[in-house]
Amino acid sequence: MSTETLIWLIPLPPLLAFALISLFTNRSRSISHWTAIVAAGVSWGLSMIVFARAFAMDNLGESPFGSSINWFPVGETYFKIGVHVDPLSAITLFFVAWTIFMIIIYSVGYHNFGQPEGDHDRPGLPPHGADVKDEKGHTHRVPSVEPMYSRFFAFIALFAFGMYALVVTDNLLTLYMAWEIMGLCSYLLIGFWYGKKSARDAAVKAFMVTRVGDMFMLLGMAALYSLTGTLNYTRILSNDAVIQQLVTTQSPVLGLSWAGLVGLLIFMGTVGKSAQFPLHVWLPDAMEGPTPVSAMIHAATMVSAGVYLSIRFFPLIAAGWTPGAPLTPPMIVVTSIGTFTALFAASIAMAQNDIKRVLAYSTISQLGYMVAAIGIGAYVAAAFHLLTHAFFKALLFLGSGSVIHGMEHGSMHTGEEIDTQDMRNMGGLRKKMPVTFWTFLIGGLALSGFPFITAGFWSKDAIHAGAYNGHFTPVFVVLVLAAFLTAFYSMRQITMTFLGKPRSKSAEHAHETKWTMTLPLVILAVFAISIGWVGIEEDFPLIGGVIPNVIKEFLGSMLKVHGTEIFQLTPIFVSIVLALSGLTLGWLLYRRLKADVPDPMQKILGPVYKAMQNKYGFDEFYDIFFVKTSNWISETFTYRWIDLRVIDGILHGIAALGLGIGRVFRNFFDVPVINGAGDALGEGTRGLGSILRKLQTGRVQQYMVIALAIILILGAIFYSVIGL
Amino acid sequence: MIPLSWFLIFSAALFAIGLFGVMSRKNTITILMSIELMLNAVNVNLLAFWSYLYGAQLDGLVFVAIVFAAAAAETAVGLALIISAYRRYQTVVADDLDLMKG
Repeated sequence: MSTETLIWLIPLPPLLAFALISLFTNRSRSISHWTAIVAAGVSWGLSMIVFARAFAMDNLGESPFGSSINWFPVGETYFKIGVHVDPLSAITLFFVAWTIFMIIIYSVGYHNFGQPEGDHDRPGLPPHGADVKDEKGHTHRVPSVEPMYSRFFAFIALFAFGMYALVVTDNLLTLYMAWEIMGLCSYLLIGFWYGKKSARDAAVKAFMVTRVGDMFMLLGMAALYSLTGTLNYTRILSNDAVIQQLVTTQSPVLGLSWAGLVGLLIFMGTVGKSAQFPLHVWLPDAMEGPTPVSAMIHAATMVSAGVYLSIRFFPLIAAGWTPGAPLTPPMIVVTSIGTFTALFAASIAMAQNDIKRVLAYSTISQLGYMVAAIGIGAYVAAAFHLLTHAFFKALLFLGSGSVIHGMEHGSMHTGEEIDTQDMRNMGGLRKKMPVTFWTFLIGGLALSGFPFITAGFWSKDAIHAGAYNGHFTPVFVVLVLAAFLTAFYSMRQITMTFLGKPRSKSAEHAHETKWTMTLPLVILAVFAISIGWVGIEEDFPLIGGVIPNVIKEFLGSMLKVHGTEIFQLTPIFVSIVLALSGLTLGWLLYRRLKADVPDPMQKILGPVYKAMQNKYGFDEFYDIFFVKTSNWISETFTYRWIDLRVIDGILHGIAALGLGIGRVFRNFFDVPVINGAGDALGEGTRGLGSILRKLQTGRVQQYMVIALAIILILGAIFYSVIGL
Repeated sequence: MIPLSWFLIFSAALFAIGLFGVMSRKNTITILMSIELMLNAVNVNLLAFWSYLYGAQLDGLVFVAIVFAAAAAETAVGLALIISAYRRYQTVVADDLDLMKG
C-alpha cells in the first residue's frame, strides 16, 4: 500500500477503539483492554512501516510524504486537509508509537486486571483493596481492580488518536483540533477519579491554563490565515516567498514583524501545552491522574505536542535569522522563557517529596531545555532531546507507578495508612523491586545525562553545544546549572526511593509488580540507553563517526540553512563534570536518610528550601489574582448584578408592562363593554319578559279587550294610510 | 217603510251591547248570553239586508238559519264547558279561570 494511505490510516485504530469501547465493550474488562492494545499495536505497526519508509528516502525534507483532500469550500477553492510526513513527523511518530503502546500495555497491570473487585470500591474513586480469605482463613487485603477499567482504556485510546492525528496532519487547523482533543482527554483523564475533589480541581486547572495558551495560538492561526490565505505547512513554512513577505511587513504590535508576531502567538500555545513559565501551574497538579496518564500526558504525547509545534514553526519564529546573527526578538522571548523555566522548575523539583511531583517538575524543566534550544536556533538538538526525553521520561513515570504499586502492596499487607507516594516513606526498595530499580536507575541517569551510555547525555549535550557554539553565554550557564540540579534531584529521588534502609513498614513489605508492568519498563529502558547513539557527533573523539549522526542528517535536511557546526570539547566536558557531581552530591546527602528526619537540604538552604517546596507561591498568586477575580466577576458582577438585576429586571419589567396593559384592557374594556353587552342582552330580555309577562293575565276578557283595541288601531291605520 | 238604516243601527247597538257584555261580565254564563246577543244582532243585520236587498233569493235566509244552528250548537258546547269547568274549579267567575297566567 502506498505510504500516504498508511499515513492516513495511522490515527484511525485508536479512534475506532475509543468508539468500540465506549459503546459496546464497556462491561467486559478484557475485551476493552484487548481492543485498546490491538489498536495501539496496529498504529504502532503502521507507524514503524511509515518511519522505515521515511527513513529510507533520501531527501525527505524537500519532498515529504503528503496527500490532502478537499474539506469545505472557501471562496473559489476548497480548504484542504491532509497528511504530511517529513523527518520531524517521522521521528515524532516513532517515539509516540512506542510510548503509547508501552503505556497501554502497562495500564493493564496498573489497574490491577485480574484482581478481585474491591469491597468498598465505587466508580469515581481510586480502588482501595479487597479482603481475601486464604485457605487458612486469614483475611488479607489485596489490591483490587479499578472499577472504571474500560472507561480508562476508552479515554487513552482517544488520547492516542489525538496525538497520532496531530503528528501526521499537514495543516494548523486539524493540528488545533487534535490539540484540543488531547486537551479534552487530559481533562477527562486527570479527573479520572472524579470522586476526589483534588482530581476535579486539577482537571479544571489543566484545561483552563492550557486554554489560555490555546487562545493565543488561535489568534496566531487567525492572523496567519488572513495574511497568507492558508494554514498548510508546506505552503507557509517551505515557501520562502511567504516567509519573506511575513518578515518584512510590520505588525501593529510592538514593532514586531508579522512573522515574529505569529510565531510568538503560536509559541504561546506551546507555553500552555508544554507547561512553560508562566503557564506551568497545571502540570504538577495533573499528577492527580493515574500514573499511565501522567506518563502519557507528560512524556509521550501532550507536552511533546507543544514542543513539536514550536519546532515545526521554527522557520516562522526564526524568520529573518541566519546562524551567527543576533537573535530576533521572538527567539529572544522563546529562549528566555525556556531557560528560565529549566532552572526554575529544576529548583522546585529539588524540594518535592512526592515521587510524581519531582518527575512533573523535571518534565517542565526538560521542556524548558527544548524550548531554549529552539530559541537559540538549535532546533535539531531540540528535536533530538524531545525524542530521548519521551523515552526516559515515560520510563521514569511508569517506574514511579510501579514503585507506588509496590508500596501499596506493602501498605495493604501491613495495614499501614501512609501516603504511598511520599518518598520519605520509601527506601531500600532496591532489594524488593529489582527490575523496577534497574530500569528506574537507567531512566534517572538518562535524565541526568550520565555520560556515554544514556540517551539523555547525547541530547542534552547537543543542546549545551548549541548554546556554547552560538556564544550564548547566559543561556549556556543557566542550562548547565539546571543540568547540575537535574542530576542532583534525580539522584536524590533514586536514593530516597531505592537505596538505604526502608523507612516504613510498607516499604519493607513491598514486592515487585507483574510482568505487564515491568515488561514495558524494560523495553523503554533499552531505548533510554540506545536511542542516544543515533545522534553522536562525527567529530567526537573515539566513538564519533562509528554510527552516523542520523539525527543531524535526517532532521537537518528539513531546513535549508544550517550553521557550520564546530565541534568543541568544552561543553561536553562541563556536562560530564556537572552531571557526575550532581549525581554524587545527591547520593551523598540522602543515602543515610532516616524516617522522620528533616530533609538535609533544609539545613543547607534554609528559607530558600521552604520557598522551593511551596513552588515559589505561584499557585497561590494565580489563585488570588486570576481565579478569585474571575469568580467575583462571574458570581457577583455578571450574575447578581447584571444578570439578575438588569437583564432579569428588564424582562420582569416587560412582563409587568404586559400584565398591566392586560389588566387595563380587562377592567376598562373587557368587563364593562363586552361582558356588559352580553349581560345587558340577557338582563334586558329578562326585564322585557317580566314586563311583558304582565300582559298575560290568563283572564280571557282582558285578552278580548286588548284584541279589540288593536283591531281598532289597525283599522284606523289602514283607513288613514290605504284609504279604505 | 222603516228605513234600512234603523235596522242596521239597531243591530249595531245590539252588537255593541253584546260586545260590552262579553268583555265586562263576571259570570261565564252571562258572557255566553252576551255572545248569543251578538250572534242574534248579526242575524238581525243579515235579515235586514236580505229583506231589503235580496228578498227574492233564499241565500240570506239559509245563511241566517245556519247562523242560528251554529249559535245553538256553540251555546250547548259552551255550557258543557262551563259545567265541566265548574266541576273542576267550583267557580263560574271568568276572572278566576286564569290558569294561562304568566
